[in-house]
Amino acid sequence: MNKDQFLLAVEGLTVSFDGFKAVDDLSFYLDPKEIRVIIGPNGAGKTTVLDLICGKTRATSGSIRFRGKELTKMKEHQIVHAGVGRKFQNPSVFEDLTVFENLEVSYPEGHTVMGSLAFKRDTAVMEAVEEVAGTIFLKDLLDQPAGLLSHGQKQWLEIGMLLIQKPDLLMLDEPVAGMSVAERRQTAELLRVITRDHTVLVIEHDMQFVGDIADRVTVMHQGKVLSEGSIEHVKNDPKVIEVYLGH
Amino acid sequence: MFADYSTTELMSIFAMQGFAGLSLFSVFVLMAMGLAIIFGQMGVINMAHGEFMILGAYTTYLTANLFENYLPGLFAGYFFVAMLLAFLFSAALGAFVEWAMVRHLYRRPLDTLLATWGLSLIMQQAYRSIFGAREVGVELPQWMMGAFQVTDLVQIPINGLFVMIIALSIALAVYLLMFRSGWGRKVRAVVQNRPMAEAVGINTAGVDRATFALGCGIAGVAGSAFTMIGSTGPSSGQAYIVDTFLVVVFGGAQSLIGTIVSAFTISQSQSTMEFFLSGSMAKVLTLLTVVIILMLRPEGLMALKVRR
Amino acid sequence: MKNSSPVKWLVSREGLYYLALAVLLVLVLPALLDSFRLNMVGKYLTYAFVAVGLVMCWGKAGILSLGQGVFFGLGGYCMAMFLKLEASTPEATAQQSTPGIPDFMDWNQVTELPWFWEPFHSFSFTLLAVIAVPMILAFIIGVAMFKRRVGGVYFAIITQAIASILTILIIGQQGYTGGVNGITDLQTLLGWNIRTDEAKTTLYFVCVAMLFLCLFVARYVQNSKFGRILVAMRDQENRVRFSGYDVASFKVFIFCLAAAFAGIGGALFTLQVGFMSPSFVGIVPSIEMVVFCALGGRYSLLGGVYGALLVNAAKSGFSESFPELWPYAMGALFIGVVLAFPNGLAGLYQRYVMPLEDRLFKRGKSGDAGNDDAALSGSLGAEKSS
Repeated sequence: MNKDQFLLAVEGLTVSFDGFKAVDDLSFYLDPKEIRVIIGPNGAGKTTVLDLICGKTRATSGSIRFRGKELTKMKEHQIVHAGVGRKFQNPSVFEDLTVFENLEVSYPEGHTVMGSLAFKRDTAVMEAVEEVAGTIFLKDLLDQPAGLLSHGQKQWLEIGMLLIQKPDLLMLDEPVAGMSVAERRQTAELLRVITRDHTVLVIEHDMQFVGDIADRVTVMHQGKVLSEGSIEHVKNDPKVIEVYLGH
Repeated sequence: MFADYSTTELMSIFAMQGFAGLSLFSVFVLMAMGLAIIFGQMGVINMAHGEFMILGAYTTYLTANLFENYLPGLFAGYFFVAMLLAFLFSAALGAFVEWAMVRHLYRRPLDTLLATWGLSLIMQQAYRSIFGAREVGVELPQWMMGAFQVTDLVQIPINGLFVMIIALSIALAVYLLMFRSGWGRKVRAVVQNRPMAEAVGINTAGVDRATFALGCGIAGVAGSAFTMIGSTGPSSGQAYIVDTFLVVVFGGAQSLIGTIVSAFTISQSQSTMEFFLSGSMAKVLTLLTVVIILMLRPEGLMALKVRR
Repeated sequence: MKNSSPVKWLVSREGLYYLALAVLLVLVLPALLDSFRLNMVGKYLTYAFVAVGLVMCWGKAGILSLGQGVFFGLGGYCMAMFLKLEASTPEATAQQSTPGIPDFMDWNQVTELPWFWEPFHSFSFTLLAVIAVPMILAFIIGVAMFKRRVGGVYFAIITQAIASILTILIIGQQGYTGGVNGITDLQTLLGWNIRTDEAKTTLYFVCVAMLFLCLFVARYVQNSKFGRILVAMRDQENRVRFSGYDVASFKVFIFCLAAAFAGIGGALFTLQVGFMSPSFVGIVPSIEMVVFCALGGRYSLLGGVYGALLVNAAKSGFSESFPELWPYAMGALFIGVVLAFPNGLAGLYQRYVMPLEDRLFKRGKSGDAGNDDAALSGSLGAEKSS
């Protein structure tokens, strides 16, 4: 079986900080259009895995192949251009810029120094921004500075900033953390829309939410894969029950 | 450049320059210890650090004069009184500056840098108004004069040796205080996680003030020691501030050992080169090397690798 | 976003502020001041180039350089070397032991023009070097530091160290640089005597014109997507990086731009003052340049210009009457501007004067005022102090 038919193939991935192995010989594979959720207790290395894929942290050893391209040697912005988008755990939007400008900055054109100096706000940009703003429920707040948005709205805006990049793989770190029940429901709906035409890798704690969206679930523990499969499968895996659900 | 000298001469040159370098080393260590606490632990850039040091130097100068005029019998020991006073004055002023200025700027490190620069201008001008623009020197007690004759060519001045001993004692004291005492643990707790430190009942504002005051107090002692090997002028402190920052950054901001190693390396290379090149070129080459190394290795000589 | 013509822009609020500055510099000051004072204003204006660069670099992008004097000095020295060579013809230096080289070289037993002086016989090379030399150094520093993600206080300290190194080097290498006195006795530019009153007045207007050119370049950068990325970077550098930008090259570019502005300022300084010396290069002048920008308002291009004018005018005023009080005033300025009004004069203006203007002209609610204000916040500094 050819490995490059996977959208993302992580193999033997290891990173150690001063001898402590945060991620230890980890392997997993994502099919195109798959929704994968990573769960695991605190300190299992979930966020580190996303950091490694998007280039924020450098792997000690192992490989990350995305559509046949090796990511471990690429710079962060090159990984983004290869088609990987990453949302952080704490909403990180540009508070001094308006919602429109936040999305415009993320629009995948004018990304070089000269390109950004020559960038024109043409109709294609306007349309793309409006379309994404509609998807993330912020159509009426385009001129609002992002600093004035609620916590949930900032999370959506950051997801919107990824969507406008048109990535093949979206990585979301706890997208519903800190959200109200209503916002949570809306976010689930938003994710369902997104997952129609993206591959999504999500870290989440909320098991209800995980059950709602996941195709497959990977359970991590101490930097390794503990179990992998459908939500039913991992829920009934005795190893998982022992380290995670059992507590 | 070595060709004109015989081997023994070269050895002596290295030894003598090495010792001259050691007195620069002492100054660096003395200044850097206070900076390493304030910058390394609190992340605050105190551009007025040199002026706190000079405050200690002027305190020593005044104490020396006081003893000379009123307690000539105890002159041999004035230095220890002066050092204590220097510490107290500088620490008190440091606590005041922290309260009035620095505490408002903890989340704006670049602004702290500018504000403390303003403070240094004011302090310098105050010294100029009070003590005059000319440099002043202190009378050394008898026992500090003279030198050990090691070989015919090499001799070591006692005052230089004394200052180096003070520098190393202070370094040791700082190490014990920061890494072996309960108070040091509190400081490090506040540095690493302020909200959590507050939650476990540490008075973080108090710790900040005490840390800043301690750093300034050490600068005062440094200034006191400085008078033993050089004269003091209103802008003597500014002359060393950038070099000392380089020493601290080069050593790795949070590592005291790193600071000492880097102070040693920088002072030695500078003073050895000084013998063969002009003083200014030696300094240019030394600083340039440090800057280039820092560009290649920004975390300094000794730093922890942590997940960021 | 707005297809407004230049004329329409001039009568917009932002345009009127630029117009007011132009009127002040082109009409009011030349009418009020004698040529000696006007020359001094011209000298202050050369610092405004540095301040405008710092607004872009420090205010917009959050990169504090404490070494702008280096770039100012390099630009100034490039121009001074050209003028010095022009002044050192073999005829004019016939009594030297080596005629045809600058006098200070002769005094320092240098018998041959050093290689790096040679190209400065050419005026076009000199004009290029005034911009290129500072930019190349900034590029090297920028690439080395920003590619390794060094920023904040570390960057500030390193740039300060570089200012210190360059000063020691210039002073130490007397024979090649003129040492602590600098390069002096600069009389003519391409045969034109620059020490006459008329020449100084002409140079003043050249300086004003160049300043506006730089302001417009800065304004273009600030209003482009590049400008929004700078602001975004200052807030959330990682988000910008993971939105697909090579953050370091944006920082390198803005640092080089600031260096180029400073270099132009330095060259104009040399022309108007007639000499260049290391006292404009080192740590102290470099950090003072930051306070020009801080006083004017670190987010405001025009604020930077006014800051440079005001601080320098105050400095001259104090030095004439109470020289010993100036360091206190300067120190208090540093502390006050940081503690009490971090957005500087532009921030105060926006808070207290602009509402008055609104009431006076009964605008602000209707029409395109919203758009105007958005553009203004860039020019005047309506950014929250974070």
